[in-house]
Amino acid sequence: MATVKIPPVLRASVGGEKQVSADGANVGEVLNALASAHPDTQTQLFSAEGELNRYVNVYLNDEDVRVLDGLETVVGESDTLVILPAMAGGAR
Amino acid sequence: MDGERLQNRPCGGRYGDIVQSIGNTPLVELKRLSPKPGVRIWAKLESRNPTGSVKDRVARSLIEDAEARGAIRPGQTILEPTSGNTGISLAMICKRKGYPLKVVMPDNVTQERTQLLKMYGAEIVYSDGSKGSNGAVELALEMAAADSSYYMPYQYGNMANPLAHYNGTALEILEELDEISAFVAGLGTGGTLMGNGRRFKEELGDACKIVAAEPMQGEPVQGLRSLDDGFIPPIIDLSLLDRKIFVTNRDAILWTRKLLDEEGLFAGVSTGAIARVAVRIAGELDEGNVVFIVADDGWKYLSSGIYTLPVDEVENLDSTVWW
Repeated sequence: MATVKIPPVLRASVGGEKQVSADGANVGEVLNALASAHPDTQTQLFSAEGELNRYVNVYLNDEDVRVLDGLETVVGESDTLVILPAMAGGAR
Repeated sequence: MDGERLQNRPCGGRYGDIVQSIGNTPLVELKRLSPKPGVRIWAKLESRNPTGSVKDRVARSLIEDAEARGAIRPGQTILEPTSGNTGISLAMICKRKGYPLKVVMPDNVTQERTQLLKMYGAEIVYSDGSKGSNGAVELALEMAAADSSYYMPYQYGNMANPLAHYNGTALEILEELDEISAFVAGLGTGGTLMGNGRRFKEELGDACKIVAAEPMQGEPVQGLRSLDDGFIPPIIDLSLLDRKIFVTNRDAILWTRKLLDEEGLFAGVSTGAIARVAVRIAGELDEGNVVFIVADDGWKYLSSGIYTLPVDEVENLDSTVWW
Protein backbone atom coordinates (compact mmCIF):
# COMPACT_ATOMS: atom_id res chain seq x y z
CA MET A 1 0.00 0.00 0.00
CA ALA A 2 1.33 3.40 -0.92
CA THR A 3 1.09 6.34 1.45
CA VAL A 4 -0.69 9.41 0.12
CA LYS A 5 -0.04 12.75 1.81
CA ILE A 6 -3.06 15.04 1.73
CA PRO A 7 -2.71 18.86 1.50
CA PRO A 8 -4.73 21.06 3.89
CA VAL A 9 -7.16 22.08 1.14
CA LEU A 10 -8.24 18.43 0.65
CA ARG A 11 -8.28 17.17 4.23
CA ALA A 12 -11.96 17.83 4.84
CA SER A 13 -12.66 15.42 1.97
CA VAL A 14 -10.74 12.58 3.63
CA GLY A 15 -12.14 12.94 7.12
CA GLY A 16 -9.46 15.35 8.26
CA GLU A 17 -6.51 12.96 7.77
CA LYS A 18 -3.05 14.27 6.85
CA GLN A 19 -2.21 11.01 5.11
CA VAL A 20 -4.03 7.90 3.96
CA SER A 21 -3.03 4.55 2.45
CA ALA A 22 -4.19 3.47 -0.98
CA ASP A 23 -3.43 0.52 -3.23
CA GLY A 24 -2.40 0.59 -6.86
CA ALA A 25 0.37 -0.30 -9.29
CA ASN A 26 0.56 3.19 -10.73
CA VAL A 27 -0.36 6.74 -9.78
CA GLY A 28 -3.72 6.59 -11.57
CA GLU A 29 -4.74 3.42 -9.72
CA VAL A 30 -3.68 4.81 -6.36
CA LEU A 31 -5.58 8.07 -6.87
CA ASN A 32 -8.66 6.19 -8.11
CA ALA A 33 -8.50 4.00 -5.02
CA LEU A 34 -8.33 7.17 -2.92
CA ALA A 35 -11.34 8.64 -4.77
CA SER A 36 -13.33 5.40 -4.28
CA ALA A 37 -12.65 5.45 -0.56
CA HIS A 38 -13.29 9.21 -0.32
CA PRO A 39 -15.78 10.20 -3.05
CA ASP A 40 -15.54 13.92 -2.22
CA THR A 41 -12.02 13.92 -3.67
CA GLN A 42 -13.11 12.66 -7.09
CA THR A 43 -14.00 15.99 -8.69
CA GLN A 44 -11.14 17.76 -6.93
CA LEU A 45 -8.49 15.36 -8.21
CA PHE A 46 -9.87 14.54 -11.65
CA SER A 47 -11.51 16.35 -14.54
CA ALA A 48 -14.69 14.96 -16.10
CA GLU A 49 -12.47 13.23 -18.70
CA GLY A 50 -10.51 11.41 -16.01
CA GLU A 51 -7.39 13.55 -16.40
CA LEU A 52 -5.57 14.92 -13.39
CA ASN A 53 -6.98 18.34 -12.41
CA ARG A 54 -4.56 20.93 -13.81
CA TYR A 55 -4.26 22.67 -10.44
CA VAL A 56 -3.23 19.48 -8.68
CA ASN A 57 0.40 18.42 -8.54
CA VAL A 58 1.16 14.83 -7.60
CA TYR A 59 4.65 13.81 -6.60
CA LEU A 60 6.06 10.29 -6.43
CA ASN A 61 8.19 10.74 -3.33
CA ASP A 62 9.47 14.18 -4.38
CA GLU A 63 9.20 14.10 -8.19
CA ASP A 64 6.29 15.56 -10.15
CA VAL A 65 4.63 12.68 -11.98
CA ARG A 66 3.55 14.92 -14.86
CA VAL A 67 7.23 15.08 -15.83
CA LEU A 68 7.59 11.30 -15.40
CA ASP A 69 4.86 9.06 -16.83
CA GLY A 70 1.83 10.93 -15.52
CA LEU A 71 -0.91 8.68 -14.21
CA GLU A 72 1.00 5.68 -15.63
CA THR A 73 3.95 6.33 -13.33
CA VAL A 74 4.71 3.10 -11.48
CA VAL A 75 4.25 3.18 -7.71
CA GLY A 76 6.15 0.81 -5.40
CA GLU A 77 5.07 -0.57 -2.02
CA SER A 78 7.12 1.85 0.04
CA ASP A 79 6.52 4.90 -2.14
CA THR A 80 4.77 8.03 -0.97
CA LEU A 81 2.52 10.13 -3.15
CA VAL A 82 2.37 13.78 -2.17
CA ILE A 83 -0.58 15.81 -3.42
CA LEU A 84 0.03 19.57 -3.49
CA PRO A 85 -1.94 22.49 -4.90
CA ALA A 86 -0.36 24.48 -7.73
CA MET A 87 1.17 27.56 -6.12
CA ALA A 88 2.74 30.50 -7.91
CA GLY A 89 6.26 29.40 -7.07
CA GLY A 90 6.88 31.29 -3.87
CA ALA A 91 8.87 34.49 -3.69
CA ARG A 92 9.54 35.96 -7.13
CA MET B 1 40.78 24.50 -23.91
CA ASP B 2 39.44 24.27 -20.34
CA GLY B 3 42.76 25.51 -18.97
CA GLU B 4 42.47 28.69 -21.05
CA ARG B 5 38.87 29.31 -20.02
CA LEU B 6 39.64 28.88 -16.31
CA GLN B 7 42.02 31.82 -16.27
CA ASN B 8 40.66 34.86 -14.45
CA ARG B 9 39.88 37.76 -16.69
CA PRO B 10 41.34 41.05 -15.38
CA CYS B 11 38.11 43.06 -15.47
CA GLY B 12 34.45 42.19 -15.69
CA GLY B 13 33.92 44.70 -18.49
CA ARG B 14 33.28 48.43 -18.79
CA TYR B 15 29.65 49.63 -18.88
CA GLY B 16 27.77 52.89 -19.46
CA ASP B 17 25.60 52.56 -16.33
CA ILE B 18 24.52 50.07 -13.69
CA VAL B 19 21.65 48.71 -15.79
CA GLN B 20 23.99 47.93 -18.67
CA SER B 21 26.27 45.99 -16.34
CA ILE B 22 23.58 43.36 -15.68
CA GLY B 23 24.64 39.82 -16.69
CA ASN B 24 28.07 38.46 -17.65
CA THR B 25 28.20 36.60 -14.35
CA PRO B 26 30.92 34.12 -13.33
CA LEU B 27 30.63 30.34 -13.69
CA VAL B 28 32.36 28.77 -10.68
CA GLU B 29 33.28 25.12 -10.22
CA LEU B 30 32.24 23.59 -6.88
CA LYS B 31 34.74 20.75 -6.50
CA ARG B 32 33.83 19.77 -2.95
CA LEU B 33 30.20 19.10 -3.81
CA SER B 34 31.03 16.86 -6.74
CA PRO B 35 30.15 13.25 -5.90
CA LYS B 36 32.74 11.69 -8.24
CA PRO B 37 35.79 12.71 -10.29
CA GLY B 38 34.21 12.68 -13.75
CA VAL B 39 31.26 14.89 -12.79
CA ARG B 40 31.84 18.63 -12.53
CA ILE B 41 29.37 20.92 -10.79
CA TRP B 42 29.23 24.56 -11.88
CA ALA B 43 27.46 27.45 -10.17
CA LYS B 44 26.39 30.40 -12.32
CA LEU B 45 26.62 33.32 -9.90
CA GLU B 46 23.51 35.34 -10.74
CA SER B 47 23.95 36.80 -7.25
CA ARG B 48 26.67 38.97 -8.83
CA ASN B 49 24.10 41.08 -10.66
CA PRO B 50 23.72 44.71 -9.46
CA THR B 51 20.83 44.19 -7.03
CA GLY B 52 22.04 40.72 -6.09
CA SER B 53 19.76 38.40 -8.06
CA VAL B 54 19.02 36.80 -11.41
CA LYS B 55 15.90 38.96 -11.65
CA ASP B 56 17.99 41.94 -12.78
CA ARG B 57 18.11 40.24 -16.18
CA VAL B 58 14.36 39.65 -16.21
CA ALA B 59 13.41 43.13 -14.99
CA ARG B 60 15.62 44.78 -17.61
CA SER B 61 14.10 42.59 -20.30
CA LEU B 62 10.52 43.30 -19.16
CA ILE B 63 11.00 47.07 -19.16
CA GLU B 64 13.13 47.35 -22.29
CA ASP B 65 10.76 45.08 -24.20
CA ALA B 66 7.81 47.29 -23.15
CA GLU B 67 9.73 50.41 -24.18
CA ALA B 68 10.63 48.90 -27.55
CA ARG B 69 6.99 48.02 -28.22
CA GLY B 70 5.75 51.46 -27.12
CA ALA B 71 3.69 49.80 -24.36
CA ILE B 72 4.71 52.27 -21.65
CA ARG B 73 4.76 56.06 -21.57
CA PRO B 74 7.46 58.14 -19.89
CA GLY B 75 6.64 58.44 -16.19
CA GLN B 76 3.92 55.75 -16.25
CA THR B 77 3.42 53.78 -13.02
CA ILE B 78 4.51 50.14 -13.22
CA LEU B 79 2.52 47.59 -11.13
CA GLU B 80 3.76 44.04 -10.48
CA PRO B 81 3.02 41.07 -8.15
CA THR B 82 6.38 40.11 -6.69
CA SER B 83 7.58 38.77 -3.38
CA GLY B 84 10.95 40.32 -3.61
CA ASN B 85 13.68 39.86 -6.16
CA THR B 86 11.73 40.92 -9.24
CA GLY B 87 10.38 43.88 -7.32
CA ILE B 88 13.84 44.86 -6.11
CA SER B 89 15.27 44.61 -9.63
CA LEU B 90 12.33 46.51 -11.10
CA ALA B 91 12.69 49.16 -8.39
CA MET B 92 16.32 49.82 -9.29
CA ILE B 93 15.71 49.85 -13.03
CA CYS B 94 12.47 51.84 -12.87
CA LYS B 95 14.14 54.47 -10.68
CA ARG B 96 16.99 54.76 -13.23
CA LYS B 97 14.49 55.10 -16.06
CA GLY B 98 11.95 57.39 -14.32
CA TYR B 99 8.95 55.06 -13.85
CA PRO B 100 7.20 55.00 -10.44
CA LEU B 101 6.81 51.39 -9.23
CA LYS B 102 4.09 49.73 -7.10
CA VAL B 103 4.75 46.12 -5.99
CA VAL B 104 2.16 43.70 -4.57
CA MET B 105 3.56 41.05 -2.23
CA PRO B 106 2.52 38.74 0.64
CA ASP B 107 2.92 40.18 4.12
CA ASN B 108 5.12 37.31 5.38
CA VAL B 109 8.41 37.81 3.56
CA THR B 110 11.72 38.57 5.32
CA GLN B 111 12.19 42.20 6.45
CA GLU B 112 15.21 42.74 4.25
CA ARG B 113 13.04 42.43 1.15
CA THR B 114 10.82 45.24 2.40
CA GLN B 115 13.84 47.40 3.18
CA LEU B 116 15.43 46.81 -0.22
CA LEU B 117 12.20 47.67 -2.02
CA LYS B 118 11.77 50.89 -0.07
CA MET B 119 15.39 51.95 -0.44
CA TYR B 120 15.18 51.55 -4.22
CA GLY B 121 12.00 53.67 -4.14
CA ALA B 122 9.15 51.16 -4.64
CA GLU B 123 5.69 51.54 -3.08
CA ILE B 124 4.51 48.26 -1.46
CA VAL B 125 0.94 46.89 -1.39
CA TYR B 126 0.59 43.85 0.89
CA SER B 127 -1.54 40.81 0.06
CA ASP B 128 -2.71 38.04 2.40
CA GLY B 129 0.37 36.03 3.46
CA SER B 130 -1.59 32.81 3.92
CA LYS B 131 -2.29 32.75 0.18
CA GLY B 132 1.39 33.03 -0.73
CA SER B 133 2.25 34.39 -4.13
CA ASN B 134 -1.13 33.26 -5.49
CA GLY B 135 -2.67 36.00 -3.35
CA ALA B 136 -0.28 38.66 -4.64
CA VAL B 137 -1.00 37.72 -8.27
CA GLU B 138 -4.73 37.80 -7.61
CA LEU B 139 -4.63 41.24 -5.96
CA ALA B 140 -2.36 42.75 -8.61
CA LEU B 141 -4.61 41.53 -11.41
CA GLU B 142 -7.62 43.10 -9.64
CA MET B 143 -5.79 46.41 -9.24
CA ALA B 144 -4.68 46.45 -12.90
CA ALA B 145 -8.21 45.67 -14.08
CA ALA B 146 -9.59 48.52 -11.98
CA ASP B 147 -7.08 51.19 -13.09
CA SER B 148 -5.90 51.37 -16.69
CA SER B 149 -3.17 53.92 -15.90
CA TYR B 150 -0.97 51.10 -14.59
CA TYR B 151 1.34 49.05 -16.78
CA MET B 152 1.81 45.55 -15.43
CA PRO B 153 4.75 43.66 -16.97
CA TYR B 154 3.36 40.41 -15.44
CA GLN B 155 6.51 38.34 -15.13
CA TYR B 156 4.44 35.13 -14.91
CA GLY B 157 3.04 35.51 -18.41
CA ASN B 158 5.46 37.76 -20.29
CA MET B 159 7.79 36.13 -22.81
CA ALA B 160 10.39 38.85 -22.19
CA ASN B 161 11.06 36.92 -18.97
CA PRO B 162 12.35 33.65 -20.49
CA LEU B 163 13.88 35.57 -23.39
CA ALA B 164 16.25 37.29 -20.94
CA HIS B 165 17.72 33.83 -20.35
CA TYR B 166 17.39 32.46 -23.87
CA ASN B 167 19.37 35.45 -25.19
CA GLY B 168 21.55 36.06 -22.14
CA THR B 169 22.22 33.54 -19.38
CA ALA B 170 22.21 30.47 -21.62
CA LEU B 171 24.56 31.97 -24.20
CA GLU B 172 27.01 32.94 -21.46
CA ILE B 173 27.03 29.36 -20.18
CA LEU B 174 27.48 27.93 -23.67
CA GLU B 175 30.49 30.23 -24.16
CA GLU B 176 32.20 28.41 -21.28
CA LEU B 177 31.08 24.77 -21.59
CA ASP B 178 30.92 22.52 -24.64
CA GLU B 179 28.90 19.87 -22.83
CA ILE B 180 26.13 20.17 -20.24
CA SER B 181 24.61 16.96 -18.89
CA ALA B 182 22.10 18.76 -16.71
CA PHE B 183 20.92 22.30 -16.06
CA VAL B 184 19.21 22.87 -12.71
CA ALA B 185 17.29 25.97 -11.67
CA GLY B 186 14.46 27.03 -9.41
CA LEU B 187 10.89 26.91 -10.68
CA GLY B 188 8.93 30.00 -9.86
CA THR B 189 7.68 31.97 -12.84
CA GLY B 190 9.36 29.35 -15.02
CA GLY B 191 11.42 31.94 -16.89
CA THR B 192 14.87 30.63 -15.99
CA LEU B 193 14.03 27.05 -16.87
CA MET B 194 12.07 27.82 -20.01
CA GLY B 195 14.55 30.33 -21.41
CA ASN B 196 17.71 28.41 -20.61
CA GLY B 197 16.04 25.05 -21.27
CA ARG B 198 14.88 25.96 -24.74
CA ARG B 199 18.32 27.26 -25.75
CA PHE B 200 20.16 24.23 -24.34
CA LYS B 201 17.79 21.76 -26.02
CA GLU B 202 18.27 23.60 -29.33
CA GLU B 203 22.06 23.68 -29.07
CA LEU B 204 22.81 20.42 -27.23
CA GLY B 205 19.79 18.23 -27.87
CA ASP B 206 18.11 15.88 -25.48
CA ALA B 207 21.42 14.86 -23.92
CA CYS B 208 21.12 18.02 -21.83
CA LYS B 209 18.54 17.40 -19.12
CA ILE B 210 16.52 20.33 -17.80
CA VAL B 211 15.74 19.88 -14.12
CA ALA B 212 13.46 22.03 -11.96
CA ALA B 213 13.79 22.46 -8.22
CA GLU B 214 10.58 23.79 -6.74
CA PRO B 215 9.68 24.97 -3.27
CA MET B 216 7.40 22.80 -1.20
CA GLN B 217 5.53 25.65 0.47
CA GLY B 218 4.89 25.17 4.17
CA GLU B 219 1.30 24.41 5.15
CA PRO B 220 0.59 27.85 6.64
CA VAL B 221 1.18 29.32 3.18
CA GLN B 222 -1.12 26.88 1.39
CA GLY B 223 -4.16 28.91 2.41
CA LEU B 224 -6.23 28.06 -0.64
CA ARG B 225 -9.99 27.62 -0.27
CA SER B 226 -10.06 25.16 -3.13
CA LEU B 227 -7.74 23.69 -5.69
CA ASP B 228 -9.26 25.99 -8.28
CA ASP B 229 -7.50 28.83 -6.46
CA GLY B 230 -4.30 27.26 -7.72
CA PHE B 231 -2.09 29.01 -10.23
CA ILE B 232 0.20 27.88 -13.02
CA PRO B 233 2.34 30.57 -14.63
CA PRO B 234 1.36 30.82 -18.29
CA ILE B 235 4.96 30.77 -19.50
CA ILE B 236 5.60 27.30 -18.10
CA ASP B 237 5.71 24.46 -20.63
CA LEU B 238 6.19 21.27 -18.66
CA SER B 239 7.20 19.32 -21.76
CA LEU B 240 10.53 21.19 -21.71
CA LEU B 241 11.38 19.73 -18.30
CA ASP B 242 12.99 16.34 -17.78
CA ARG B 243 12.63 16.29 -13.99
CA LYS B 244 10.71 18.42 -11.47
CA ILE B 245 11.61 17.84 -7.85
CA PHE B 246 10.32 19.59 -4.75
CA VAL B 247 12.52 20.59 -1.85
CA THR B 248 11.18 21.26 1.63
CA ASN B 249 11.97 24.53 3.41
CA ARG B 250 14.07 22.60 5.91
CA ASP B 251 16.22 20.92 3.25
CA ALA B 252 16.61 24.16 1.33
CA ILE B 253 17.98 25.87 4.42
CA LEU B 254 20.27 22.95 5.30
CA TRP B 255 21.78 23.06 1.83
CA THR B 256 22.11 26.83 1.86
CA ARG B 257 24.33 26.35 4.92
CA LYS B 258 26.17 23.51 3.22
CA LEU B 259 27.06 25.77 0.28
CA LEU B 260 28.46 28.31 2.70
CA ASP B 261 30.30 25.80 4.88
CA GLU B 262 31.77 23.61 2.14
CA GLU B 263 32.22 25.97 -0.79
CA GLY B 264 32.29 29.43 0.80
CA LEU B 265 29.31 30.39 -1.32
CA PHE B 266 26.95 32.86 0.40
CA ALA B 267 23.62 32.40 -1.34
CA GLY B 268 19.89 32.61 -0.74
CA VAL B 269 17.51 29.81 0.20
CA SER B 270 16.42 28.89 -3.32
CA THR B 271 20.05 28.25 -4.22
CA GLY B 272 20.30 25.75 -1.38
CA ALA B 273 17.32 23.90 -2.80
CA ILE B 274 18.70 24.04 -6.33
CA ALA B 275 22.12 22.79 -5.18
CA ARG B 276 20.51 19.88 -3.35
CA VAL B 277 18.84 18.79 -6.57
CA ALA B 278 21.95 19.46 -8.65
CA VAL B 279 24.10 17.23 -6.43
CA ARG B 280 21.48 14.48 -6.55
CA ILE B 281 21.41 14.62 -10.36
CA ALA B 282 25.22 14.68 -10.40
CA GLY B 283 25.21 11.49 -8.34
CA GLU B 284 23.21 9.75 -11.06
CA LEU B 285 25.78 10.57 -13.75
CA ASP B 286 29.09 8.85 -14.54
CA GLU B 287 30.59 11.99 -16.05
CA GLY B 288 29.63 15.39 -17.39
CA ASN B 289 28.94 18.95 -16.37
CA VAL B 290 26.02 19.90 -14.14
CA VAL B 291 25.24 23.62 -14.13
CA PHE B 292 22.99 25.25 -11.59
CA ILE B 293 21.84 28.82 -11.02
CA VAL B 294 22.75 30.75 -7.87
CA ALA B 295 19.59 32.83 -7.99
CA ASP B 296 20.47 35.36 -5.30
CA ASP B 297 22.90 36.19 -2.54
CA GLY B 298 22.16 35.68 1.14
CA TRP B 299 22.01 39.22 2.50
CA LYS B 300 18.22 39.49 2.55
CA TYR B 301 17.93 36.31 4.64
CA LEU B 302 20.39 37.30 7.38
CA SER B 303 17.82 38.37 9.98
CA SER B 304 16.17 34.94 9.81
CA GLY B 305 19.23 33.35 11.44
CA ILE B 306 19.47 30.55 8.88
CA TYR B 307 23.23 30.99 8.53
CA THR B 308 23.98 30.82 12.25
CA LEU B 309 21.17 28.95 14.04
CA PRO B 310 20.47 25.21 14.03
CA VAL B 311 17.70 24.76 11.45
CA ASP B 312 15.15 23.64 14.03
CA GLU B 313 15.57 26.94 15.88
CA VAL B 314 14.74 29.03 12.82
CA GLU B 315 11.49 30.87 13.52
CA ASN B 316 8.52 30.58 11.22
CA LEU B 317 10.21 27.89 9.14
CA ASP B 318 6.90 26.77 7.63
CA SER B 319 5.06 30.08 7.44
CA THR B 320 7.77 32.09 5.72
CA VAL B 321 7.85 32.35 1.94
CA TRP B 322 11.58 31.68 1.63
CA TRP B 323 11.78 31.53 -2.15
